[in-house]
Amino acid sequence: MAVLSILTYPDARLQRKAEPVQAFDDALQKFVSDLTETMYAGPGGVGIAAPQVDHPQRIVIVDMRPKLGEDCHGLMVLINPELLAWEGMVVGREGCMSVPDFTGNVIRAERIQVQAQDVFGRERSYECEGFEARAVQHEMDHLDGFLFLDRLVSRKTDLFRRKNYQKSR
Amino acid sequence: MSQALLTVIGEDRPGIVAAVTQALFTADCSIGDASMMRLGGYFTIMQVIDYSRDLGSVEMALDPAIKRLNLRVHLDPISSVAVAADLPNTRVTVYGADHPGIVAGVTGALAAIGFNVIDLESESSGSAERPLYVMVIQGYAPDGIESVRQAVLPLREKEGVEVGVHPLEAAVF
Repeated sequence: MAVLSILTYPDARLQRKAEPVQAFDDALQKFVSDLTETMYAGPGGVGIAAPQVDHPQRIVIVDMRPKLGEDCHGLMVLINPELLAWEGMVVGREGCMSVPDFTGNVIRAERIQVQAQDVFGRERSYECEGFEARAVQHEMDHLDGFLFLDRLVSRKTDLFRRKNYQKSR
Repeated sequence: MSQALLTVIGEDRPGIVAAVTQALFTADCSIGDASMMRLGGYFTIMQVIDYSRDLGSVEMALDPAIKRLNLRVHLDPISSVAVAADLPNTRVTVYGADHPGIVAGVTGALAAIGFNVIDLESESSGSAERPLYVMVIQGYAPDGIESVRQAVLPLREKEGVEVGVHPLEAAVF
């Protein structure tokens, strides 16, 4: 096991689109265990995506237990993940290991259903909500070269949405 | 590099930000934290600038924009105070029928528990007959969110406003 080094913005490699994983072999398992160790060693310690360590493959790891205790799925290794469904929208403040010292407000779906393969290539499906859903969406963005900086919204967004709604009646 | 706090006020119209920031750029200033927004019919800018020459040359660079757009400008040299490290951990939202004393009542209760206001935005809206006041405060509560609830929730009755207290947590992924 090894802690891999994290790319930080502005590094153009963070903006590449990652390729699907095709070989579920020993090399993948070793990489996933290194990526997991790197995640736990990080400042947030709850999520990581392979492109953050200069490995442009569609691999995401999330483990919200440090933050949510047992009220979550625990360690999720999501390989070639796809969002099947989402609902609700919520504004929350996010930070990222690849964007040190900055946090900003981002809108994410409140509940999601995600389908992925595990490290052995078996199909898995998870329903997530709240912080866990936010983490999965944040990490999956890395697979398409997006950072939370690409999704920043104003502090005022939640206030204005209500106001515009009232005006449009 | 020296720092100054630049304040700009003018009747709102397109081009104020562009004119001010272009002038600062030509005067070799760089812009740090900034708040630029319309308040009433006025556009307001408050921003920290780093300047390499003297303040007089910054003023001279701004002068054409000031005259053209009829702006009022104020420049305060500031010593480089270390950036405060406390991040907001609580959001307090207040809304209700507008009347004098809402802000004083809420912020007085917050000050009493050592709450540091980091960001306060408010708007008067609604119709003239039924004015509505909306305020969103973000700040740091040293004793946690429960102390904020106890401090401000009694104001629902006292001021006749809706008060919400929400945790603000930055999740680092």
